[in-house]
Amino acid sequence: MKSFEYVITDPVGIHARPAGIIIKEIKKFVSTVMIAKGDKSVDMKRGPLGVMGLKVKQGDTVKLTIEGPDEAEAAATIETFFKENF
Amino acid sequence: MISIQGKGVSTGVAIGPLYYYQRAKSTIRRYEVQDAEAEWARFKDAQAKAVEQLGVLAEKAREEAGEEAASLFETHQMMAEDMDYEEAIENLVKEDKLNAEAAVTDIAAQFADMFANMDDPYFQARAADVKDVSGRIVGILTGVVQGGIDSPVPVILAADDLAPSETVQLDKSRILGFVTEGGSGSSHTAILARTMGIPAIIGVGDQLKPEYEGREVIVDGSTGSVIVDADEETRARLMAKREEQLKHQRMLEQLKGQPNVTKDGQSIKVFCNIGNPEDVAAVLSNDGGGIGLFRSEFLYLNCEDYPSEEDQFEAYKKVLSDMDGREVVIRTLDIGADKQIDYFDLPKEENPALGNRALRICLNRPEIFKTQLRALYRASAFGRLGIMFPMVTSVWEVKEARKMCELVKQELTQEGIPFSDDVELGIMIETPAAAIMSDRLAKEVDFFSCGTNDLTQYTLACDRQNNDLGRFYNPHHPAVLRLLKMAADNAHKNGIWIGICGELGADLELTETFLSIGIDELSVSPRSVLPLRKKIRETDTGAVRDRLIADLMNDTPTI
Repeated sequence: MKSFEYVITDPVGIHARPAGIIIKEIKKFVSTVMIAKGDKSVDMKRGPLGVMGLKVKQGDTVKLTIEGPDEAEAAATIETFFKENF
Repeated sequence: MISIQGKGVSTGVAIGPLYYYQRAKSTIRRYEVQDAEAEWARFKDAQAKAVEQLGVLAEKAREEAGEEAASLFETHQMMAEDMDYEEAIENLVKEDKLNAEAAVTDIAAQFADMFANMDDPYFQARAADVKDVSGRIVGILTGVVQGGIDSPVPVILAADDLAPSETVQLDKSRILGFVTEGGSGSSHTAILARTMGIPAIIGVGDQLKPEYEGREVIVDGSTGSVIVDADEETRARLMAKREEQLKHQRMLEQLKGQPNVTKDGQSIKVFCNIGNPEDVAAVLSNDGGGIGLFRSEFLYLNCEDYPSEEDQFEAYKKVLSDMDGREVVIRTLDIGADKQIDYFDLPKEENPALGNRALRICLNRPEIFKTQLRALYRASAFGRLGIMFPMVTSVWEVKEARKMCELVKQELTQEGIPFSDDVELGIMIETPAAAIMSDRLAKEVDFFSCGTNDLTQYTLACDRQNNDLGRFYNPHHPAVLRLLKMAADNAHKNGIWIGICGELGADLELTETFLSIGIDELSVSPRSVLPLRKKIRETDTGAVRDRLIADLMNDTPTI
């Protein structure tokens, strides 16, 4: 299992368009990817509505947990994407 | 004549008959299904069709409005296939035996409510996305063709609010402009309308009435006004404005991307004057080569207290990043005289134009100056920055300002904060003293930029605020033009560039004169860029230079 925490710097927060792009990327991996804000956690592969439902805004800390055979590669991809887009 | 005021979110003037958008407003039937599995299959089929349609729309948007508009529909595709959404619908169909269209409608309302109840405008606006996607699926399930315009002539389209998919599916050859009752400036509709170059006015509320359908309306996107059955005078005025815009549009198409070069091969830069970061869009759409004057006052005028270094940094950084490597000259604080700010607590002066203003305030209150310079240098890491000091009269002032810049750079270096080493420092030439001392001042800076409004006021001893001075306030006065020439000659002798950022820069009657005295840059309002480019491209400087300079040195009757 891989996990990392990330503090959102984008002024809008996790918004629909980049969320859609990263979910598309995540679906290419076998691993499950959970995103959590506070005590709420959702499976990112299920789609953008759950992720948007977390209402992640600037300054919020999210925790990503990646588990599965390709977790190392998936975690690296996701972390880079978060840093560049959120 | 009926006059309605809304909020213009996409500029342009358009005239045509008002037409209400025909939306598929079938009432959703609600019933218990016998074969839940078959009903579920019916949903899956409609969902697949919706995803396919959205894919087509994404491609269409990509061609018409670019990548960002396209990705919106791709996100909608993902919403249509979202598992939380799909499973909730599946549950209603399979467990409650509810028909698919009713199930989709119910679940859409649930998600829309979730977004609408969030305390953040961005997330609230996503309720419209969920409804839009669901409306499409319901439309497919009920066999309704997605709405459109059934009119033989182009129309001004009215609606309560248009969903993004509705905007993009419209036959745009039939639409002259949009008027919506609701909506916001950051709604997808407003963004798409702007990208597509159609005027749009939102938020007219119930002032717009269905009985106006078919009547002639004129919409003006720059003022947000909607006129139904305009009277002769209003109609003529707005038609003239429309004509002006069309002319500008044609000029834009012809001159965009062309160099600012005279017939005999002399190049001059045409930059823009802006007053806040949002103006960059106009600079780019009018093909401005850079920003020759970014007035930093807006940061100070729009607040109750001194703006923080961070707020300033963000604003400067935004402009520098948006200009993508093109030069941006930012003028340091220029208040006093006609621009007063309460929290500066400046004593009232008999004669503020000759008083404590601009660089004088900055040198007297180094803490304010330093905050601004720190923000500027920090932002310099994100583009090509020039810093310009206003209201200079003496060499020592420039030396003192430069010393402050050095101090700021030292501090940033010590703190490990990055900044550019290539920041150009310049001054405004807007006092006779600065023009007369330009031989000495040119040794202290990288550029000059002439503020012709103040230069005229100070040179001719004519208050620029006093409208009664009439023919005495003459910016074409040879005294003003000779000072410009003097500054230009001294700039070039010392190998630095000189620009004009006052209103005179856009005065086409003087373009030939400016080219003749060798001005290197003209900074004008974004809308003046292309008319000026046209004038430059029609000029043969070699043929007029000697005569114009002789005119300048002899006070000929033409001036």
